[in-house]
Formats: sequence, structure tokens, C-alpha cells
Amino acid sequence: MIAWLLEPLREPVVLRSLAELIVLGVIAGTLGCWVVLAGRAYSAESLAHSMLPGLVCATLLGLPLVLGGAIGLAVGASLIALVGRIKVLGGEVAVSVVITSLFGAGVLLGLAPTIPAGLNGILFGDLLAVGAGDVALAAAYALVVLVALFVFHEGLLVAGFDRLNARALGRSPAPLDLLLALLLAGATLVAVQALGNLLVVAMLIGPAASARLLTNRIGPMMLLAVGVAWAASLVGLYASYHAELAAGAAVTCALVGAFIAALLIRSLRDLALSDRWRRGRGGQSRGLRLRSRRA
Amino acid sequence: MHDRALASEPLVRSNRLAARYPGTSVPAISSITFAVGAGQRVALLGPNGGGKSTLFRAITGELEPSSGELELSVTHPALVPQSERSRLDYPVSALDVALMGSVSRLPWWRRPSRADRKLASQSLLRVGLEAEVNTTFGELSGGQRQRVLVARALVQDSPLLLLDEPFAGIDAPSAELLTALFDELADEGRGLLMATHDIEQARNWDLVLCCNRVQIAFGDPAQVLTREVIERTYGASLIPLPGDESLAITPPHHHEHFEAER
Repeated sequence: MIAWLLEPLREPVVLRSLAELIVLGVIAGTLGCWVVLAGRAYSAESLAHSMLPGLVCATLLGLPLVLGGAIGLAVGASLIALVGRIKVLGGEVAVSVVITSLFGAGVLLGLAPTIPAGLNGILFGDLLAVGAGDVALAAAYALVVLVALFVFHEGLLVAGFDRLNARALGRSPAPLDLLLALLLAGATLVAVQALGNLLVVAMLIGPAASARLLTNRIGPMMLLAVGVAWAASLVGLYASYHAELAAGAAVTCALVGAFIAALLIRSLRDLALSDRWRRGRGGQSRGLRLRSRRA
Repeated sequence: MHDRALASEPLVRSNRLAARYPGTSVPAISSITFAVGAGQRVALLGPNGGGKSTLFRAITGELEPSSGELELSVTHPALVPQSERSRLDYPVSALDVALMGSVSRLPWWRRPSRADRKLASQSLLRVGLEAEVNTTFGELSGGQRQRVLVARALVQDSPLLLLDEPFAGIDAPSAELLTALFDELADEGRGLLMATHDIEQARNWDLVLCCNRVQIAFGDPAQVLTREVIERTYGASLIPLPGDESLAITPPHHHEHFEAER
């Protein structure tokens, strides 16, 4: 058993991947909570997908993926802002139109025979090809995210909880929205080498969504999300090593597993609570309200 | 009956104030001339959609006056919003929400201190929620949530409190507690401006401002709250209760100004 556990850790490739995942887990776990609470999971997914043409072009031109992704993000964000100005369509339609167009364009470009890495690598990343430079970049970015989230904690809380009255409480929501969007864009960019265009979303949303199911406080939620990300990373990496699965996909499956487990725990807990409640005060179920916000 | 004269500089004063929402051409409120002084309790009467919340938004600075004057001698008036509009799915405790009140006193890079936390607990104690400090906001009753929002305003420690229908849909003990607390706050020298539908409650306050998109009247409730003023304030929706001198208004519909913002 111990040999089974230690064997992968003798491989520098696995160690580097593990280090990258641990750092990405910190970024995704903490930032992801704010994304989930702000109801921005769709934006996060869209943002990641809008990078695709940029990533493919970078591969074609032999440029670093991060550079291509950054340009792709800038183009995508500008297009969403432009299309969003068409009043009859509304923001969500604008995002859909732009993202599917860009994603389609990216796939077309990616199918070009000259492309060296292949579309697969860009869409799903190559966790095992992560270099020390990637890990260092991610670690530096993790520090930026942690400092920003620490400093702006109350502002984000006020803007998220009481958006309508945030200004009366001394914090405008708009700059905080921008901060969150920028941090999110940076995170997708930093994670794209390891996790690719599609799986990065799983890492950003999965742990935070699982943690939200299990706790009612933002601090514990962030800690728990980081823990879920780490656990899924370990499980995914071991599965990948021993069963020869694609590493990124294995981690994603582990994240999905964690979410299902969280859902189960939540349901069982709600059931136990409502039972105790019924015995105590007759009749009424006291399931925790998941989403009962008034528009 | 409290009688508080305007001692010094008013906390807020307006002169023929008008304000409109961005993208609309008709002002939501106009011709508003009133003042709230230290220690004064001013009731703001008006139908839904009559501009009560709009006036609050103008005072908090979210809405620029489109004409007229609005003068404030307070940097951050404390707003107690309607609790029914708050998010129940947010992972925050009563203490977290109360603590948000400290944010308005802090520059953007500062976090609340231990003293702020202490003030937040004390404020929750003052609204009778010492046992619910660590309860999730969404699990509290409507009246308790309203009291948490009042505690948040207390943490803001502002000389001017804006109360947006604080008695709407809350339980009797909460209402009793808040009534006493508001009197106490006025006695401390704070100015209170409270939007309400309760004409009888308004009669017991120091001043009353009646407005239905335009100002109908402002002054001592004993003189201002005539049948004619109330009728003009509430339009045709006034019904006299049979066998009773008091008046009732038809049940209000809910009016959302900010629907477009979501």
C-alpha cells in the first residue's frame, strides 16, 4: 500500500503536477467561492472558452500559451462588451453569441493540420507537461489572489450580500465586480497550461460549489473549497498514474465525485435536521434554503 | 408626545429637491422641501411608488438631484433597508451582517478591527439578538432580520438614520423593541427619517413629511395630518373604517425600482 502511494511521488513529473495542482487549488478554491456566491459561474465558463482562438493562434505561431490566452481574453471581453450594448439582446445572450462564435473559430483553427500540440492539449491541458516556470507563475498569482481577497473581503461581502445598498454602506459594487472579473480572468489564464480550456472551469467552480453545500460561512467555505480541490487533485493524480488515465480528466472526475458526495452529505443532513425538527415542534420541515433570493 | 425643536444645523435639509432614475425623463420625486434635525423623528408617509425609497437614495448619494438643493451635514447616513429584499442564501451570520456597518467608516484598504467587532456584538445585544449572534442571517425570522439590519445601522454610528418601512411585516415583539429603540436613538440626539404606511404611528412622531411623487405637506403631525392631506398623499386609495375615526389605506402592492439592475 505504502509503495503504491509513494511510487508516483518518485517521478519529478508527478511532483511538479502535484505542486501545480496544490497552488491552483488555493487560487480556485478561494476565488471560486466568490464567483459561485456572485452567481458568476456562467461568466467564468465563458471567459475560459473565449480564450480558445487566442490559445490556438499562440500554438500556431509558437508563442507562449499565456500570451495567446491573454490576447484571446481581451478580444473576448471586448466583443462581449460591444455586443452587450445591443439593448434588445441583453447581457447573457451577448455572452452566448460571442463565446460560441469564438469557441467555434478556435475549434476550426485548431483543426488545421499544421497545429503542433493538437486541439486536445489546448482544450484539456497537459498537466504532466507543466514546467517549474508554470508552477512559479501560479504561485505568484496565488499570492496576488490571496492578498486581494483578504484586503477586499468586507467590500466583496457587502457588494454580494446587499448589492442594492452597497453604496450606502460605503462600497460601490462596480469596482468590486471588475476586481472579481480581473482576478477570474487571471486565474483562467494561469491555469490553462495545466488544465486546459475546458477543465479550468471544473477547478474554479467544482470545489466552491461543493463547499457551499456543506457550510454557511464564507471563511470555512473557502478553506473547505481549497481542501476539496486538493483532495480531488491527489485522487485524480493517483488514478491517472496507476490506471493510466489522462491526468486533467481524472482530476475533473474526482471533482465531480466530490460534488456528488457533498450533495449526498447535505441531503442526509437536511433529512436528519428536518426529522429532529419534526419531533421537536411538529410537522414542518426545516430544510436549509438554497436559493430563495428576491430579484 | 415628543416635541423636539430644531436645535442647530439640520442633519439633512432639502429645498425643492427633485430626483430621477437614470434613463427616465420624469422625476420620481419633486418639490421636496424638508429638514431633519438632531434628535428629531420624522415620519415619511406615502404610497408605494410615491418616492419614499427614492428620497432615501438621494440622501445616501446613490441618486443625484436633478434639480433643487440637498444639503447633508453627515458623511454617511445609515440606511436600514427593507429586510424582505435582502439575500437569504448568503453564507453570513447575524454578526457578519452587523459588522458590515463598520465598512462605511473605514477606508477601502482597512479591515474591521476588534473594536468594530465588539460594537457589532453590542449592537446586536441592543436589538435583543444576543442569542442569535452566530445564527445564519437567512435562518432568522423576518422581524429578527429587520433587527439585524437596524443593528448594522447602529454599527455605522451615524447621526442620521434612514429607516425604510422598518415595521413592514414584522412580529409584535420586534415592533415593540424597535419603537422603544427608535425613541432612545432620538433621545441620544440622532435624527431619524422613517418611511411608513402607518398614519397612526406617524401621528406620534415629531414631524411628518407626506409625499406622493411631489411633496404634499411637511410639518407637525397634529396640524399636517388632515383628512385632505392624507387623501392627496394616498390618492383615491383611502377608505374610512366604519364606526371609527381612523383611516385605512388599501393593501399596498409591491413596487420595485431597481428591477433593471439585477
